[in-house]
Amino acid sequence: MSIVLEAKHINKYFKKPVLYHVLKDINFKIKKGEFASIMGKSGCGKSTLLYILSTMDTDYDGKLLLNNELISGKDSSHLSYLRNKHIGFVFQFHYLLSEFTVLENVMLPAKKLAEKTTQEIEHDAYEKLKMLNIEKLALKRASRVSGGEKQRIAIARALINNPSIIMGDEPTGNLDSYNSENVFNIFKQLSEEQGLSLLVVTHDEDFAIRTNRIITMEDGHIITT
Amino acid sequence: MTNWKVILSIAKTHLLTKIKQTTIASLGVTFGIGSYITLVCFMTGLNTMLDDLILNQTPHIHIYNEIEPSKKQPASFLDLENTFNVVHSIKPKLSQKKIHNALPIINYLNNDINVKGAIPEIKTQIFYIAGSIEIGGNLTGVNILDEAKLFNLQNYIIEGSPEDLNNNDNGILLGAGIARKMSLSVGERIQISTIKGDVFPLKIVGLYQSGIADIDAVQSFANLKTVQRILGEAENYVTDINVKLYDLELAPALSKKIEQQFNLKAIDIKTANAQFETGTTIRNLITYAVSITLLIVAGFGIYNILNMLIYEKMNDIAILKATGFSGKDVQLIFMSQAMIIGFVGGVLGLLLGFGLASLIETIPFKTESLPTIETYPVNINPMFFVIGFSFAMISTFMAGYFPSKKAKKIDPVDIIRGQ
Repeated sequence: MSIVLEAKHINKYFKKPVLYHVLKDINFKIKKGEFASIMGKSGCGKSTLLYILSTMDTDYDGKLLLNNELISGKDSSHLSYLRNKHIGFVFQFHYLLSEFTVLENVMLPAKKLAEKTTQEIEHDAYEKLKMLNIEKLALKRASRVSGGEKQRIAIARALINNPSIIMGDEPTGNLDSYNSENVFNIFKQLSEEQGLSLLVVTHDEDFAIRTNRIITMEDGHIITT
Repeated sequence: MTNWKVILSIAKTHLLTKIKQTTIASLGVTFGIGSYITLVCFMTGLNTMLDDLILNQTPHIHIYNEIEPSKKQPASFLDLENTFNVVHSIKPKLSQKKIHNALPIINYLNNDINVKGAIPEIKTQIFYIAGSIEIGGNLTGVNILDEAKLFNLQNYIIEGSPEDLNNNDNGILLGAGIARKMSLSVGERIQISTIKGDVFPLKIVGLYQSGIADIDAVQSFANLKTVQRILGEAENYVTDINVKLYDLELAPALSKKIEQQFNLKAIDIKTANAQFETGTTIRNLITYAVSITLLIVAGFGIYNILNMLIYEKMNDIAILKATGFSGKDVQLIFMSQAMIIGFVGGVLGLLLGFGLASLIETIPFKTESLPTIETYPVNINPMFFVIGFSFAMISTFMAGYFPSKKAKKIDPVDIIRGQ
């Protein structure tokens, strides 16, 4: 199976307030269609790792490959483009643009990519919303929907450009068990039915156990992969 | 790579959802530009009026025969070595007041392509006689119709018309000050006496008021021929030639040329009225200083509002960056908001300025010294609108640039982690 994401010897230091070696020689690969979770105690560096993998944080040593293409050291506008096209994000907090409608929120990354016409994008956005059973919310303001719905909208937004991988930072951390279950099922379905790769940072053991693979971190090291 | 459609739609949504702040920011620009337009139209209108008050009546080049001592005194012609001569009580050279060969010179000047017109004048001292009282004054013999055409003399005739004078061989256009002193009005007769003592009765056909009291108390006009007759001179007797040019800037050069060519004294308007340019420059300087201050204040308003907006939108900026918008895209979103505010505010400001300037133009303004002015003078020049609009765009660009640069630099990781 092809490799979507590969980290080679990643080291990261926090320079403030004191020099702190937060990630120590991280090496791992995510294969296509894999549903992986990263677990570990608070402060072990798992979120830091995720932001490096997401290309948003560029201040690290080592090599990062996305679809076998080296992306370490690329300029920021190219990284923005890669993020737009290949990576979908779901955060703990819902992070929708509250002044826009649900549909506009979902369409925004595709409009930025500008590979399709507005009609096609709108059609795609409705498809994604339908898949997540929230198409009836499409024309509501993003600030007017509930937390669980927001997270599903965020997932729809992450899916709009058909990315290579979806990354989640505690995507269920702020949801009740019913909505957590819902989000997990959506992820599971995406990975099984559409062969999408997922990498999710989580505290939630029930969530992690049911994924294909658990990467455990402690004190900046990966201890089990 | 820049996708303007998306950027502008985000900017538009931001502006419309914060319509109150947007309106306030735009109003800042509107008032800044509006007051700039009003101020500059009004001030330049006043400037032009004040300048015209003097410059319209003043010839661009005034040619006359100066009474002065010879530059080289006879003693200098004696070639005496190793001596120096001292001449006491030098007297002016005896010469005639009239310009020799005046009519050919006028013809010559009228054929010059830069000259709008050259007209003859006779200036002479007279006395206005009221019973046993003699009041000193100046009588100027003019070709009244040419004078009106070139130097707007009709603007200063408060009663009667240039034609009235032209049609009357014994007419006089009396200074308003003298008319008041002597209780005379149009249609009555006045006696004038030349320096030699000859007395002539003249009919008052009109009243002249320049707006400068000292002039109005002495100055009167009559036809060229009337004055020649009063003085007992021939028809070629002309003491002054007034020249109006198409381009005022050419006056100094041409006056020098005339001096050399005809051996006459020629004074150009720039030399004669240097203080007016100084006054105009300083008034313009004040106008621009005030306007620029207003615009800078408006600029700070925009800067503030955008800064606040960016703080409020930290999360949005982080999401936009996380979902693939580059720092440049985010900067352009906020820049375009500033520019939209500047554009809308600027256009409204131009309209406001135009409205106010037009309003001022209708306000009555009557003053003794300016007989032809009835409302406040306003100079609505399209150039001011171009300058005002450019300034609106430039100042909003500056006001938007720095906050948007900050938005560009925001690190999404910091925001997302910070939650």
